[in-house]
Amino acid sequence: MDIRSKVIEIIADHAIVEPSDLSDESTLESLGIDSLGLVESIFAIEEAFNIQIPFNANQPNESPFDISSVATIVRGIEKLIQEQA
Amino acid sequence: MKRVVITGAGTINSIGQDFSQTINSLREGRCGISALKFKDVERLSIKIGGQIHNFEPDRHFNRQQLSLYDRYTQLTLIAADEAITQSGLTFNGELAASTGVVLGTAGGGVSTSDDNYRAVYEEGKNRVHPFVVPKLMNNAAASHLSMKFNLKGPTFTVSSACASSNHAMAQAFQIVRSAQSPVMVTGGSESMMCFGGIKAWEGLRVMSKDACRPFSLNRNGMVQGEGAAIFVFEELEHAKRRGANIFCEVKGFAMSSDAADIVNPSKHGAARAISQALKDAQVNLEDVGYINAHGTGTAANDKTECAAVADVFGHHADKIMISSTKSMHGHIIGGTGAVELIACILALKDGVISPTIGYVEHDPECALDVVPNEARDAKVKLAISNAFAFGGLNAVLVLQKV
Repeated sequence: MDIRSKVIEIIADHAIVEPSDLSDESTLESLGIDSLGLVESIFAIEEAFNIQIPFNANQPNESPFDISSVATIVRGIEKLIQEQA
Repeated sequence: MKRVVITGAGTINSIGQDFSQTINSLREGRCGISALKFKDVERLSIKIGGQIHNFEPDRHFNRQQLSLYDRYTQLTLIAADEAITQSGLTFNGELAASTGVVLGTAGGGVSTSDDNYRAVYEEGKNRVHPFVVPKLMNNAAASHLSMKFNLKGPTFTVSSACASSNHAMAQAFQIVRSAQSPVMVTGGSESMMCFGGIKAWEGLRVMSKDACRPFSLNRNGMVQGEGAAIFVFEELEHAKRRGANIFCEVKGFAMSSDAADIVNPSKHGAARAISQALKDAQVNLEDVGYINAHGTGTAANDKTECAAVADVFGHHADKIMISSTKSMHGHIIGGTGAVELIACILALKDGVISPTIGYVEHDPECALDVVPNEARDAKVKLAISNAFAFGGLNAVLVLQKV
């Protein structure tokens, strides 16, 4: 499974929606994922790709990992996989 | 001072998945102690306990809830659901604002700690689930109960080892008696049914490998149990006005500290708690017909407890029935006083005295009527429930027939 599909699967799972309901532009907010859901999703992504995501829930916007949409999350993961390989 | 009655009761433990099953098991003297089932049990030397089998958490809770609910929280919510439904109360407006939750637990989310230490130490993982802290904390159950039923009054957890529930219920009682709130939800919960939980107890060398036989000369230690019991404590007039079903009255309580030893019990500390509780309840000791004993089945507790009862009651001690239901459900540690309160309700409401099962041989140091092996019909006006914890912390409740 490619990174994008896997990320969509994880986020859809936490938002309790079908993966087909997500697009690159979907935001976690629009999917109804709250702050607890966010840290849970980040944990699930870390587990799935065996990476460390730099994310501090106190400063979500200052994190080098951009969580503003599905597309930015996928790009962030691709970058981390390359760096941590 | 207001009078306080119990208008809702719920439980789940090894002898009953609800209140009525538990009552029936107490009447029948059914033993809930069996072979433990969990990971690595073969590495334990103690392999029995009052574990709740046939309990499927995913039939009660969804995935999101399970990610936040340790087993002790799950048991709490199941018992609370039953108690609050039974009370017939719904919490809105002023009643919601004043009603709170006081729960007892000694260990909180023990399985959550165990699972995650295993993950990081044994399996070498460097990442744990984000909810480990809110799942294991000792107030998690009280908080989830408060959220689920919209209870916005004073809410906290009391932790005093094996006396946690009695201390908690005493606090809830005080809040209702002093008119701070007409209703409080209270009780306790514990589940240490995992490798680390039992291994720690093993270390103390106070556990029995075969059975819990309180007061019997051949007793050889305590047996761990798990479970929860939750009650609705309500001001008497408030309960009467709405025609509530009343189980019994909570009449008084007392707490004391031995200030002596971190594990060995003291006759004096126990006796002071019992006599102060009777004084607080303003009742005659001759009216006490039943004592739900702490009765752990250890050499030290049972003889000390019997000596304390004999000291307080004098000649009347010979007329009192005293039983330990830990022989059936095991020692539920921080939840034990709550589950054992059900035996007091059974005695006062239905006139049935729960037995001490597994009783084989008379011990001259426990020379009281311990209601051996079979339940007994008896009219009882007053019952007391003892809890004497490690750390020398004692809490005794006095209950009266309504």
